[in-house]
Amino acid sequence: MNLTLKIYRQDGPNAKGRMETYQVADISEHMSFLEMLDVLNEQLVAKGEEPVAFDHDCREGICGMCSLYINGEAHGPDRGVTTCQLHMRKFKDGDTIYIEPWRSKAFPVVKDLVVDRSSFDRIMAAGGFVSVNTSGNTQDANAIPIPKTDADKAFDAATCIGCGACVATCKNASAMLFVSAKVSQLALLPQGKVERTHRVLNMVERMDKEGFGNCTNTGACEVECPKGISLENIARMNREYLKASLTADKD
Amino acid sequence: MSVLDAKIPQGPLKDKWTKHKNDINVVNPANKRLIDVIVVGTGLAGGAASASLAEMGYSVKAFCFQDSPRRAHSIAAQGGINAAKNYQNDGDSTYRLFYDTVKGGDYRAREANVYRLAEVSANIIDQCVAQGVPFAREYGGLLDNRSFGGVLVSRTFYAKGQTGQQLLLGAYSAMSRQIGKGKIKMYNRHEMLELVIVGGKARGIIARNLVTGEIERHSAHAVVLASGGYGNVFFLSTNAMGSNVTAAWKAHKKGAYFANPCFTQIHPTCIPRSGEYQSKLTLMSESLRNDGRIWVPKKKEDVMAIREGRLSPTDLREEDRDYYLERRYPAFGNLVPRDVASRAAKERCDAGYGVNDTGEAVYLDFGSAIMRYGKEKAMVDGITNPTEDVIRELGEQVVEAKYGNLFQMYEKITDDNPYKTPMKIYPAVHYTMGGIWVDYNLMTTIPGCYAAGEANFSDHGANRLGASALMQGLADGYFVLPYTIGDYLAGDIRTGAIPNDSPEFMEAEKQVRDQIEKLLKNNGSKSVDHFHRRLGKIMWDHVGMARNGEGLKQAIAEIRSLRDEFWKDVRVPGKANGLNPELEKAGRVADFLELGELMALDALHRSESCGGHFREESQTDEGEALRKDDEFAFVSAWEWTGDAGEAKLHKEELTFNDIELKQRSYK
Ligand SMILES: Cc1cc2nc3c(=O)[nH]c(=O)nc-3n(C[C@H](O)[C@H](O)[C@H](O)COP(=O)(O)OP(=O)(O)OC[C@H]3O[C@@H](n4cnc5c(N)ncnc54)[C@H](O)[C@@H]3O)c2cc1C
Ligand code: SF4
Ligand code: FES
Repeated sequence: MNLTLKIYRQDGPNAKGRMETYQVADISEHMSFLEMLDVLNEQLVAKGEEPVAFDHDCREGICGMCSLYINGEAHGPDRGVTTCQLHMRKFKDGDTIYIEPWRSKAFPVVKDLVVDRSSFDRIMAAGGFVSVNTSGNTQDANAIPIPKTDADKAFDAATCIGCGACVATCKNASAMLFVSAKVSQLALLPQGKVERTHRVLNMVERMDKEGFGNCTNTGACEVECPKGISLENIARMNREYLKASLTADKD
Repeated sequence: MSVLDAKIPQGPLKDKWTKHKNDINVVNPANKRLIDVIVVGTGLAGGAASASLAEMGYSVKAFCFQDSPRRAHSIAAQGGINAAKNYQNDGDSTYRLFYDTVKGGDYRAREANVYRLAEVSANIIDQCVAQGVPFAREYGGLLDNRSFGGVLVSRTFYAKGQTGQQLLLGAYSAMSRQIGKGKIKMYNRHEMLELVIVGGKARGIIARNLVTGEIERHSAHAVVLASGGYGNVFFLSTNAMGSNVTAAWKAHKKGAYFANPCFTQIHPTCIPRSGEYQSKLTLMSESLRNDGRIWVPKKKEDVMAIREGRLSPTDLREEDRDYYLERRYPAFGNLVPRDVASRAAKERCDAGYGVNDTGEAVYLDFGSAIMRYGKEKAMVDGITNPTEDVIRELGEQVVEAKYGNLFQMYEKITDDNPYKTPMKIYPAVHYTMGGIWVDYNLMTTIPGCYAAGEANFSDHGANRLGASALMQGLADGYFVLPYTIGDYLAGDIRTGAIPNDSPEFMEAEKQVRDQIEKLLKNNGSKSVDHFHRRLGKIMWDHVGMARNGEGLKQAIAEIRSLRDEFWKDVRVPGKANGLNPELEKAGRVADFLELGELMALDALHRSESCGGHFREESQTDEGEALRKDDEFAFVSAWEWTGDAGEAKLHKEELTFNDIELKQRSYK
């Protein structure tokens, strides 16, 4: 198929952005979306032009690096997939495709389609862990049985890949889905419960400082999340936060 | 005697590690604060090492080229992690894990290292659970296990098909805790481009800030390389796009010997390639071989009918299917080790039984597992006389709970529903057992330079067993390196901070700047990918699943001329001072073009077959790999002498005191 691409380009962090138009021809429906961009970039290199910069690494939907806003949707038109798992069979000959970076104050553009998501790392450093040293002197892994339902729910929350699609898609640029996934995972497990109060307070405080917006429960994040992280996590985090705010200064 | 001293502690195998830990020097906590350690890589090995070293009190600087440590390629590991816990009470033990690993590696690994790995394996699971890693559990709340290839026990812990993700997020959270405390300084989007040696010791690195393009000099008392494997030398592999050999290769060129470079793992179950534009291959976890059965049609006419779309594989009768692994290896069946399974698939496809257009695919079929699980589930749910459809539906649910994400991945890529029709799979490059040579302390031949995880060569011999890389990465990072490095650093407590403006640093910085300038000014006519693809093809054709003397010589000649052409004709657009992915790729491919030659040279030299290294000249009557123990029971460690083709071979003899060398059999 032949396609017209309208791509956001920005030369560097402080440069002004613009939309550029490109044509690609003979795209196979079996190609992945990023392989289609590879084709474009080969064309650009052949002409001596700078290729379009975009983030990607694993190309199998797990590293969370790829992050394109395609035709107004984070990770594009397919559901339950990352950009790298999107395939060209979702498009048709003659389509015009708009490709933009994640847009959010907390994710400044580095270049073209690449953004800086280090705000997520800082939220994690504020409390996204269990304070246990890696000495290996812990108790036996089977010493505390964990109900399978809790373990499964914790696992589901833990599958978040930190891609930031939830933020990109939210009209308030809220990071609640991402943060609540980590808070939930650890709150559901006995190992994480000990620090739950401080964790949720510290992570939320950091989230606010990073400039993410408030959650108004529109639910757009859940729809676009490639890993199906559920809104239940946000509800759980709100409960955790409320409880923590009420009890925090007592301990 | 060889210059290589593996520093294996004396004494009985099972006491070596304990004794060694008691014997080596330690650094007192106050002094640790004054010591800087650079860790290149934040995968399981580097992430675990950074967190542990920081907890112990060292000042750590960690580097990764991705935008966050959480995205290292360990994240993509699917199937599981081994540990000798014997929770299933099926006779597992430290010794059995040790034995399976040495045998699985076709007797080309160091006994003492493997034993230590097996010994600390159980601790890894305890540690990860304490960190909140959500492993799969049974209804009773205890941890669940599955089986992997090459073993007869169930010792693999898992988190659906996302085990690597969960383990890496565990290590990343341990790192995050130390980053928050200021004990780890994290350098995201930084690429190490040179190792700096001062006074014969590794004292720092030169790194490029990938966002600004700045070339930075970082000094430390020791440098740990945990930069992953080099499978991308084949262009197409299951590795991430950015996985590369550069950090390891630069260290090699500065004096670190490169061990067993030709030992490559070709994984039997990957999604076959679909076209020339293909940028990478996707693994379908070995865990699927617990339930999936591998087959091709028995008759050529059925093969043709399937290829032409006249026959659906689900309509082919049982007696017309050749479950060739079950036929050839009745004892291990579909769970033979990877090298054996890959060669068997190649054998059937070369004989003309491949089931897709290119003739390079076999089936991985869940039909019988779905029905078996469905019947079980119906019983448990108390459904009497369930119809076939009900059984199938229940069975699909069970299979989804076990492998849901893998099935989804497969469907998204191929547009085929693997619950209804068998998966098509073919072998692909997956893992590199070879890597930087290290001694028992994980130190390379450069004092103060360590290598951990897939970047070193240490534990898997000529073939790695499934679920053992995650185990090794975490063992190295959490439990081995943090101790052994103290022995070396104890000598550095009075050294003080290492200056980063010595002539050695300036010289290394200049080398990096020169290469970047050369690449950008080259102004050739072909893209980096053009050369990478061609290199990949040479490697796959001649240094892939089957190798022979003629082909290897040809590969060496072709790689040499391709390398010349690259330096004459590559075109790298863009600038040095800013994000420039083409420039990053160019540097990596330049190193692959040297490494590829060394791999071919090593493969040529090793005229035996062992594990994943199959020399056609050396096989049994039944086509199995034939080792030559009296000639080749050694680790080949190559020293750089100025040209990949002129590398000098050193041998570390392997002695087996606790295991008898036998021809491997999985029949
Ligand atoms: C698809 C797939 C599935 C797998 N499944 C399993 C499994 O189920 N079980 C199992 O045991 N093993 C599995 N493996 C193997 C296992 O995942 C890897 O061997 C292991 O995770 C490697 O870990 P590592 O820490 O050594 O390196 P990696 O995780 O690859 O990390 C490398 C790190 O080095 C950094 N780096 C590299 N070069 C540079 C540089 N020049 N400068 C700065 N930073 C650099 C990267 O940024 C990254 O942080 C799988 C592998 C793949 C590809
Ligand atoms: S919650 Fe979903 S969308 Fe948000 S970062 Fe995690 S995986 Fe991405
Ligand atoms: S590139 Fe890793 S998730 Fe898309």
